[in-house]
Amino acid sequence: MIKFLLKGLLRDRSRSLFPILMVSAGVFLTVFLYSYMRGILGDMVDVSARFDTGQVKIMTRAYKELADQLPNDLALLGVNDLLAQLKKNKPAMLWLPRIKFGGLLDIPDKKGESRSQGPVFGLGINLRDPDSPEIKLLNLKKSLVRGKLPENKDEILISEAFAEKLGVNIGETATLLGSTMYGSMAMYNFKIAGTVRFGMLIIDRSTIFADINDVRLALDMADGASEILGFTKDMVYDDASMIKVAREFNQKYSNQNDEFAPLMLSLGEQGGLRDILQMASTLGSIIVTIFIFVMSVVLWNAGLMNGIRRYGEIGVRLAMGEPKGDIYRSLILESVGIGIAGSLLGTAIGLVASYWLQYVGLDISKMLQKSNILIPSVIRARVTETSYYIGFLPGLFASVLGTMFAGIGVYKRQTSQLFKELEV
Amino acid sequence: MPLVKLEKVFKHFPIGGGNFTALKDINLGFEKGEFSGIIGPSGSGKTTLLNIIGSLDTPSEGSAVVLGEPVEKLTEKQAAKLRSKYMGFIFQTYNLLPVYTVYENVEFPLLILKMSEEEIRKKVLAALEWVHLTDKINSRPSQLSGGECQRVAVARAIVKQPELVLADEPTANLDAENSYHILDTMVNLNKELKTTFIFATHDDKVIRYLKRKVHLVDGKVVKDEVVSSQ
Ligand SMILES: Nc1ncnc2c1ncn2[C@@H]1O[C@H](COP(=O)(O)OP(=O)(O)OP(=O)(O)O)[C@@H](O)[C@H]1O
Ligand SMILES: [Mg+2]
Repeated sequence: MIKFLLKGLLRDRSRSLFPILMVSAGVFLTVFLYSYMRGILGDMVDVSARFDTGQVKIMTRAYKELADQLPNDLALLGVNDLLAQLKKNKPAMLWLPRIKFGGLLDIPDKKGESRSQGPVFGLGINLRDPDSPEIKLLNLKKSLVRGKLPENKDEILISEAFAEKLGVNIGETATLLGSTMYGSMAMYNFKIAGTVRFGMLIIDRSTIFADINDVRLALDMADGASEILGFTKDMVYDDASMIKVAREFNQKYSNQNDEFAPLMLSLGEQGGLRDILQMASTLGSIIVTIFIFVMSVVLWNAGLMNGIRRYGEIGVRLAMGEPKGDIYRSLILESVGIGIAGSLLGTAIGLVASYWLQYVGLDISKMLQKSNILIPSVIRARVTETSYYIGFLPGLFASVLGTMFAGIGVYKRQTSQLFKELEV
Repeated sequence: MPLVKLEKVFKHFPIGGGNFTALKDINLGFEKGEFSGIIGPSGSGKTTLLNIIGSLDTPSEGSAVVLGEPVEKLTEKQAAKLRSKYMGFIFQTYNLLPVYTVYENVEFPLLILKMSEEEIRKKVLAALEWVHLTDKINSRPSQLSGGECQRVAVARAIVKQPELVLADEPTANLDAENSYHILDTMVNLNKELKTTFIFATHDDKVIRYLKRKVHLVDGKVVKDEVVSSQ
């Protein structure tokens, strides 16, 4: 009997092929959408971590309150000491001091008079050391457009777009006009070693990267840093464990009454990233819920139409003396098979498409011209473990649920009534 | 004891606010080996009556004992078992399963009875022999003429050699020649296997073959005549 029913299923494409394609289309969309959203959210978090928040970040209490204004007068001091302790207590993590600063970048001509100038955002990092983890972290080598990475004192990197705007070339001098940690006027000559482009508009607009030691000199910040970022070596952010790291640190170092005491925040505790993280984790269930609902309705409908089309068959089977329960069961079994086949197919196609978007990427920089958010201008999907199964159960579930709903119509109907309907 | 015994059978259908009574006080018996028909104008209740005898429907009042089983008291499962073991159905519209071959269509009732493959093969070929369709074993219904389709349906109804065959307007879609062919086949079956046939029809070609005619008008039996010699 099973063989007999299977034969019918395979021969009747409107019962096998089309429902399979419908399920796989839905599953494909789920897998792809999920991977795509994961990619975007993951990139947002990842980029934020690398350029701004770290997985954890240490600032002074006071600095944190005004962080937007880059208040270096409130910066951390005694940084070397603190770093030594961090490396001792958490040797598995990278600890990177940075100075963020603002000011005016002035390009002098041969006579020393201003040729061009513009507001600048600067990042002082461990740049000169060829083994510095920052080089990899910020992907500096690959982002280099012209010139080379700084090797000598006072050499800096500048955004390619900024360099073009200022009309400055490799090897030329750029003067930073800013203020020292103590509020007096700072003026410091840097030398352009190379230009960079990251594909993120906010950073590509007007940024310089200098070695933190040069910046300390420039801004009179000996043994100081705006912030210290911490990263796990695998660069995978785990909210719970970073919250724990921060809590331990704060218990030891953070003093409620001292506004210059260091305070550690996890990535999730900074800015709007908490929401993004939460979104990433609830995303899956949202997509799946919507999918199950929509697909069930669609498949239910398809099942109904198919069921009506099959009243003839069902009526005959009933008349031949096949019990209703058996027929209902065989319909469900059919839908299980279709659900599995469709889910497998849809997952396979979804993964292929997601992997494609992960490795090739989609350039959306044209659409982002005026954007201020820190997101990469190339969209990449991210295939996670979840991508492999997120569509599978819903596909199966929707297929079976749709058939069950449709089948109830058959089940509830008086046998003779099914006949009437099939004779019309 | 008669094969089918109907006593004081009423059938009401709910329509709108009230009820429509399709069968009124039917008292009938059919013996084994009968070749009889329920005849009457359209809407007189023939199909409704046949459905009750076939345990596809239940009477609203009264009792219908078919093959010793009271139809109105059977569960869905028991009714299905009764049909699968003892009854064959033939419909006006053939109702063959389009994705299956002639052989597979005829085989189906035997699969429900879980017969062995060997036994099935023997019975299916014999049934197709009866209706002269052995050369179309592997055709699909869409490749057959209407007459051939109905012959497949007859083969399917008789393949398990049931006690009772119920045929609702079996010739309505057939021309004269095919109708007679089908009817001859059924008469032969009735003679050789003692299969009981009950028709529902208003087709003169069928009526001519019947040995007993139950006339139905507005859900009531108005005449029950036995044709003595034919
Ligand atoms: N499910 C139902 N609900 C309501 N009324 C019904 C139902 N089934 C049958 N009827 C009514 O019962 C009456 C008898 O119907 P039935 O199908 O038995 O007629 P019939 O004699 O077989 O007619 P025909 O020769 O046209 O097939 C009709 O008037 C029909 O409208
Ligand atoms: Mg009828």
